[in-house]
Amino acid sequence: MPQLNKLSAACTFACAAMLGAAPAAQAQVSGDVIKIGFITDMSGLYADIDGPAGAEAIRMAVADMGGMVAGKKVEVLVADHQNKADVAAAKAREWFDQQGLDMLIGGTNSGTALAMAKVAAEKKKPFLAIGPGSSALTNEQCSPYTIHYAYDTVALAKGTAPAVVKAGGKSWFFLTADYAFGTALQNDATTAVKAAGGSVVGAVRHPLSASDFSSFLLQAQSSKAQILGLANAGGDTINAIKAANEFGVTKTMKLAGLLMFINDVHSLGLKATQGMYLTDSWYWNQSPESRAWAKRFFEKYKRMPSSIQAADYSVTQFYLNAVKAVNTDDGDKVVAQMHASKVNDMYAKGGYVRPDGRMVHDMFLMQVKTPESSTTPWDYYNVVATSKGDDAFTTKAESKCALWK
Amino acid sequence: MDAPADSERLGRIGLWLGLAILVAAPFIGLYPIFMMKALCYAIFACAFNLLLGFTGLLSFGHAAFLGAAAYATGWLVRSAGWPPEIGVLAGTAFAGLLGLGVGLIAIRRQGIYFAMVTLAMAQMVYFVWLQAPFTGGEDGLQGVPRGKLFGLISLQSDIVLYYVVATVFVAVFLFIIRIIHSPYGQVLKAIRENEPRAVSLGYDVDRYKLLAFVLSTALAGLGGSMKTLVLGFATLNDAHWSLSGEVILMTLLGGMGTFAGPVIGAFTIIGLQDFLADSAGSWVTVIIGVIFVVCVVAFRRGFVGELLAWQKRRQSSALSNSKDARP
Amino acid sequence: MEIVGIPLQALMGQLLLGLVNGSFYAMLSLGLAVIFGLLGIVNFAHGALYMVGAYVAWIGLDLFGINYWFALVLAPLVVGALGMLIERTLLKHLYKIDPIYGLLLTFGLALIAEGVFRYYFGVSGQSYPVPEALQGSTDLGFMVLPNYRAWVVFASLSVCLGTWFVIERTSLGATLRAGTENPALVQAFGINVPLMVMLTYAGGAGLAALAGVLAAPVIQVTPLMGSNLIIVVFAVVVIGGMGSILGSILTGLALGLVEGLTKVFYPEASSIVVFVIMAIVLLIRPAGLFGKER
Repeated sequence: MPQLNKLSAACTFACAAMLGAAPAAQAQVSGDVIKIGFITDMSGLYADIDGPAGAEAIRMAVADMGGMVAGKKVEVLVADHQNKADVAAAKAREWFDQQGLDMLIGGTNSGTALAMAKVAAEKKKPFLAIGPGSSALTNEQCSPYTIHYAYDTVALAKGTAPAVVKAGGKSWFFLTADYAFGTALQNDATTAVKAAGGSVVGAVRHPLSASDFSSFLLQAQSSKAQILGLANAGGDTINAIKAANEFGVTKTMKLAGLLMFINDVHSLGLKATQGMYLTDSWYWNQSPESRAWAKRFFEKYKRMPSSIQAADYSVTQFYLNAVKAVNTDDGDKVVAQMHASKVNDMYAKGGYVRPDGRMVHDMFLMQVKTPESSTTPWDYYNVVATSKGDDAFTTKAESKCALWK
Repeated sequence: MDAPADSERLGRIGLWLGLAILVAAPFIGLYPIFMMKALCYAIFACAFNLLLGFTGLLSFGHAAFLGAAAYATGWLVRSAGWPPEIGVLAGTAFAGLLGLGVGLIAIRRQGIYFAMVTLAMAQMVYFVWLQAPFTGGEDGLQGVPRGKLFGLISLQSDIVLYYVVATVFVAVFLFIIRIIHSPYGQVLKAIRENEPRAVSLGYDVDRYKLLAFVLSTALAGLGGSMKTLVLGFATLNDAHWSLSGEVILMTLLGGMGTFAGPVIGAFTIIGLQDFLADSAGSWVTVIIGVIFVVCVVAFRRGFVGELLAWQKRRQSSALSNSKDARP
Repeated sequence: MEIVGIPLQALMGQLLLGLVNGSFYAMLSLGLAVIFGLLGIVNFAHGALYMVGAYVAWIGLDLFGINYWFALVLAPLVVGALGMLIERTLLKHLYKIDPIYGLLLTFGLALIAEGVFRYYFGVSGQSYPVPEALQGSTDLGFMVLPNYRAWVVFASLSVCLGTWFVIERTSLGATLRAGTENPALVQAFGINVPLMVMLTYAGGAGLAALAGVLAAPVIQVTPLMGSNLIIVVFAVVVIGGMGSILGSILTGLALGLVEGLTKVFYPEASSIVVFVIMAIVLLIRPAGLFGKER
């Protein structure tokens, strides 16, 4: 009966009022509080490398600075974007509009980061991208308000490929996840391999979240290449490595993980990953300061932090120091200050921010230790080579960012 | 008779009240972005309900059409520079055309098989979006500007865009009511109740179902197109089968075969996701699963359906009371 | 020797791998087909049950030191009991109404299971080692085949054939089939039909769990392993014919082979080739290749 449906229409909007009012009820002006927002994947594919532990790292950074900067209290807001750009962008907007958010930290998943970067640029507030890897953030989609702080696909490719080629791995075969990120990784790595004098003998693209890699690995093996480049991430990388061990691929080829975190190595175990090359921006055992901080993290989470979680900590202090220096949380002033500052902490030494928004710092090529040579828990890597910051990322000539010409 | 006149008056009050809240929303503290997002999904759910609740066809791949329109509008407005209203219309038309193609294949099957065919086709469409360079893959199609409506009214302001979205929503809502109350709509309901009988009465059932399918997919696309304008991007999530599952839940929770049901369902689910994002993201999946289970076992008629049943019980007991009251 | 540009040896290797995957699909779709064929329930929770089975094996090993061979028996029993619980408390209300509701209920259950396991175990997944007796590999000349994969083929095919035989060729199976076609009549013969139905669902769940244990050493044990697989398995069952056990076994194997070939010629499409086939089959033979219209 249509009449009764209209009655329920009223109920609909009443419900909507209640649900929509919830965020509105907390609307405040940012005047006396510095609000830092963190939106990442808390429960899905990338929850272990960033996730709730990343949020904790941010809170640690705030606490280590006394919880107050420039006379104002610092507050951290955390949300789970559930790997949906819709949720990330809507939440970011809500925080900027209704909560007086001063700065947004972007967690894993490039799609959400690109969306959030646009929102932040519109609201003229800094967006500090830690988790995502897409180099588009500092190229086609660069913005004066985006700072891409930790790693990107170009740095991963440039870090791993030339060093591996130099170490003798001249011929490469790529196992690539069939989506934009995988393709970007493969393309960047191919460029780097060729520039270093190596060759790419073939590639095979597998569907995202493929559960069985046996037939792709068979193709890799029959290519007779020396190096198998894994241009994929997360569960795909783990399954590929497992299968590679099973099918004896590791006997004839060396594996190079183009995007791997220490959590992946831990999950697979040293037996399966020994000898693999990978590039990362930070390793817990790289310096006394990093060890000290990692120990604090370990006490809480019973596992060592990933480079992303370390970057979460570092970027928070970087931002708060900038706020302290200009004595305001005004977006434009703080961004300008960050562009003029250096990063010197347990995460990076001598890091600085380029006009395209890229935070430039050293990247490290690691090789996974054999089970015998690993002496303590989480003692997984040997640092084989260091790429100096300016060489590690996109160069000015290659850049597609309009802000850096 | 008193009872129906009473409920008709109540219903009319309800409609005006709902409209009033919708119009006053930005001024009574309802966050416009949330409202717009929910309204777009409400359009999607209403469109889905047209197919499931009124025609009895369960489509498992409806998100493919939302995504198709979202990408089409996004690309046309961003890269081809089309004005927003034409972009939205084009997106809607594109979704409808895609619906025509899928419908022609799927309509010939019924029940579970129809659902599976729609799922298969949706997966294939998803694959196309994944591969096509213009969609940006999993980075999404970003940076869609809002532009100027009819070349005059700038949509940059959230409030202005809100009223545009609200108007479109009300138009869709009324349009669906109009369809269902028309002779065409009566035939659809007959098909849902007993298809063989409708066939025996001489109706070309396939054509009716196909038209319903195309209307449903076009309107679903309209929701997607508007969403692209509101949020400024289109991503693979818009076409993923988990969204197809969510819209089924929205319709079921709100009440299948009612008008306001899908709207309530959409607002509830979107509100839940938004609300839980702050606190317990990993539990969203579990909670949605629990809602599914509870709905199917104990709450099959959904909010509005239960409300209607309760009203009916009250009416009939009032009637029987008044009958007994006669000496 | 080359066929369409691919050396014969490589092709044979891919087909063999396809067979390995196919026997997996066959086993998983078997449980689904049993449940649909005999109960009319579209069990969307099948992937979740498969995942739970793998986790039972992993937890058994990690906490209690229960080895793989015991897990092969234990996991199906545990998950079967879970299936009995689900059937008794939730599913039995739904038999008389539209099958859509059974589908939606099991879909909800799958979400709950995935969410809960994701909360406790995270998403990176856990490693499950290949049992000692099956480690190592055999050089077949054209490729190296891990022994464990050979075992998977053997185990799956045995279970599939065994189940098919029981249902189609024994009197127990006949009673089962009669009980779902005409419960009242069979009950009149003194057979406890509700109990039979419950045990059938439990049996299907047990089959899923068995597949999970078989899968654990091959792929990471993660809460997402079921949802990645479930719609493919559905497609297999639909293609084979939703009521037909033989249909799903044969289709599972065939799909493995077709996927294997696709991975050689157009690998990106290997995840959707099953849907293309499903759409085509449903247009030509709506009840599936071996099915009977219900």
